[in-house]
Amino acid sequence: MTRSTISLATSAEDHRIARLAALAIGLALVDAAIPSPLPGVKPGLANIVVLLVLHRHGFAAAAWVSLLRVVAGSLILGSFLSPSFVLSLSGALASLLSLNLAYRLPARWFGPVSHSILAAIAHLAAQLGVVGLWLIPFSGLAYLAPFFAAAALLFGSVNGLVAARLLQADEAPLPAEEAQAARA
Amino acid sequence: MKVFAAASLIKSGDWLTMAAAAALIAWLALAPWRQGGAERVVIRSGGQVFADLGLLRDRSISVPGPLGISHIRIENRRVRVASDPSPRQYCVKQGWLERPGESAICLPNQVSVELTGRVKLYDSLNY
Repeated sequence: MTRSTISLATSAEDHRIARLAALAIGLALVDAAIPSPLPGVKPGLANIVVLLVLHRHGFAAAAWVSLLRVVAGSLILGSFLSPSFVLSLSGALASLLSLNLAYRLPARWFGPVSHSILAAIAHLAAQLGVVGLWLIPFSGLAYLAPFFAAAALLFGSVNGLVAARLLQADEAPLPAEEAQAARA
Repeated sequence: MKVFAAASLIKSGDWLTMAAAAALIAWLALAPWRQGGAERVVIRSGGQVFADLGLLRDRSISVPGPLGISHIRIENRRVRVASDPSPRQYCVKQGWLERPGESAICLPNQVSVELTGRVKLYDSLNY
């Protein structure tokens, strides 16, 4: 292999974000492959990764992973800078904003499930806003909104549950895993 | 550790979030049908406004025209031409009008009925 002449100084944090973003991009591709009865209704599996990152590494890392997923995912799917990219980006920005707020709710009562549902609804609201104001103004969108919202609740809950389950699983890691994580 | 302890994964506030989201869905499902209902009916005769009435009270109105009397019926926030002396009875066959902007025109008798809402959908209609 040719030795690269460019070298960027990267930190362990960068590597972690890149690894997690790659995971999110992979799940975004799975998402895109799943057939959907209504255009725009997708499980949003990549958001599980974003939720995990939010809980483990904080908001900044989650924002990085989410936005990298949007940009790199669109490059892979060939939708970069297309209307569907704008929809994806606006949804991601809105759900990050709502996560930033929802994350501050008392953790005793509100867990990943709440964060996930709130993010899903913010995602939907931003997308409907973009569609209504820019892409298809005066469409019969209002009649479809409840179906989209029901999907947001369903998939938001499921993704939140998955994230909560995964977070619960690594709450008490074994010493061996801890050592391995430190080495990685 | 249990394989899937769903109950402990969902905290009490999460149920609240789910309930709020469900309420939002219900509201979204009802909203498009609730808004934009007709509020008033404008009845014209010979180009002049004969009556401008609210739809809340059920009643019958008799409107005179060149051919005779047209009977208009307001019922259940809807309106229709109940009978009319016009030969082809188009306006009567139109039946109940319920949305703003809908109208029935009995041309030979020069009587028209038009529903209006809070939002005026059209400035004018041309046939």
